[in-house]
Amino acid sequence: MKNKSLVSINDYSKEEQLRILELAREFEKKPVQTIMQDYVVASLFFEPSTRTRLSFESAVNRLGGKVIGFSEAANTSVKKGESLRDTILTIANYSDLIVMRNPVEGSARFAAEISSVPVINAGDGANQHPTQTLLDLYSIVKTQGTLDNLHVAFVGDLKYGRTVHSLVIALCNYNTTFHLVSPIELKLPSSVKMHIKEKNLTYHQYTELEEAIPHADVLYMTRIQKERFSDPLEYERIKNSYILSNNILNNTKENLKVMHPLPRVNEININVDSNPKAYYFEQALNGVYVRQALMASILGLR
Amino acid sequence: MNENLKQLKVSAIENGTVIDHIPAGAVFQVIRILKLDKFDDMVLFGTNLESKKYGTKGIIKVSNKYFSPEDINKIALVAPHASIIEISDYGVTAKKIVEIPDKVKGIVKCFNPNCVTNHEQLSTKFDVVDKEEIRLKCNYCEKITVKNNMEFR
Ligand SMILES: [Zn+2]
Repeated sequence: MKNKSLVSINDYSKEEQLRILELAREFEKKPVQTIMQDYVVASLFFEPSTRTRLSFESAVNRLGGKVIGFSEAANTSVKKGESLRDTILTIANYSDLIVMRNPVEGSARFAAEISSVPVINAGDGANQHPTQTLLDLYSIVKTQGTLDNLHVAFVGDLKYGRTVHSLVIALCNYNTTFHLVSPIELKLPSSVKMHIKEKNLTYHQYTELEEAIPHADVLYMTRIQKERFSDPLEYERIKNSYILSNNILNNTKENLKVMHPLPRVNEININVDSNPKAYYFEQALNGVYVRQALMASILGLR
Repeated sequence: MNENLKQLKVSAIENGTVIDHIPAGAVFQVIRILKLDKFDDMVLFGTNLESKKYGTKGIIKVSNKYFSPEDINKIALVAPHASIIEISDYGVTAKKIVEIPDKVKGIVKCFNPNCVTNHEQLSTKFDVVDKEEIRLKCNYCEKITVKNNMEFR
């Protein structure tokens, strides 16, 4: 996968995704190495995303690499009206790999087309965030021992959550049964369901959390954002209907793990944090190993 | 209307291509898509002409020019029922129809205002994911532009 940019999760085949997950296991065993000491990674965050940026930068630093870049567009030439094209062409000269987050959708694909060095998409607006998907897959295989034939429940905003869309599409390669829990207004879009149907997989839709979770091996929670509702009363009615608490987790499978892309607001009660089924903080840590694996693979170091 | 008058409206060409059955509103778009506004031989066109099939229609006649299928299929999005008639020595030598292509480059704007193609100087690229309804998937933002929100650039 040397020099192969990752813009959308589907840019990598199932086999290539699995190879990254295998490599991630290697880095988890030995996260501090010096394999990147001759490499410079450009970390271009046109909008702030502290969590994702620090995860990438931690991954580079633990492998001995150098990071250049910016954490928001405010004090850069971008603010002075420089085009993305010029920014990318310039920075590609200074680096071996570009990690970019940009609120403009499709910007990562464009950057990958014109850049002389490979590009990793760290989020382009509401479109794609493929390293989140890889770390979700890694978290699932790590906790369940397999990706195949699992029951995965998705809860909350299934309409606008790009994390959910990408993970659903990626899981279609693994004979997953989907349990989709959301208010009617925030159901999974048909463009995503199309992928489930194409593979002849089963999905169930619910409006009540309690109905879905007895089946689940993985419970993937998301937050419901107020901005998504045209009617504020609707939001008030719905906002407290998908809150996970310890007593809901009583009647669930032994192997169930609760995941969340973070940050959370109130959809997981903090008393769940100490429940052995809670996995969302480890899930975030897995992101570092997955990003180490991805960068090492793209740079041809593994 | 007598035959002579009809002839006068858009006169015959000796050699070249006649593009008939263009929707009346799409004549200028076809001219732009095929870059006929920059063509240096004779181009005749008419719009809002009577059509038995469609009520009104447009027609374009281009002298000494034959189009590759790749070029002519670009007009399929605005003139899906156009007939392409090739003329040689005032006689018809071939009749073709247009086909919706698998990919569309340029021509159409991505409907997503937050798409990079609407922020940077670059031409759009789409995969045609549905030829019946005409649904175009943007290669950049991955959103679908449908017939109702299709704008031409
Ligand atoms: Zn687009």
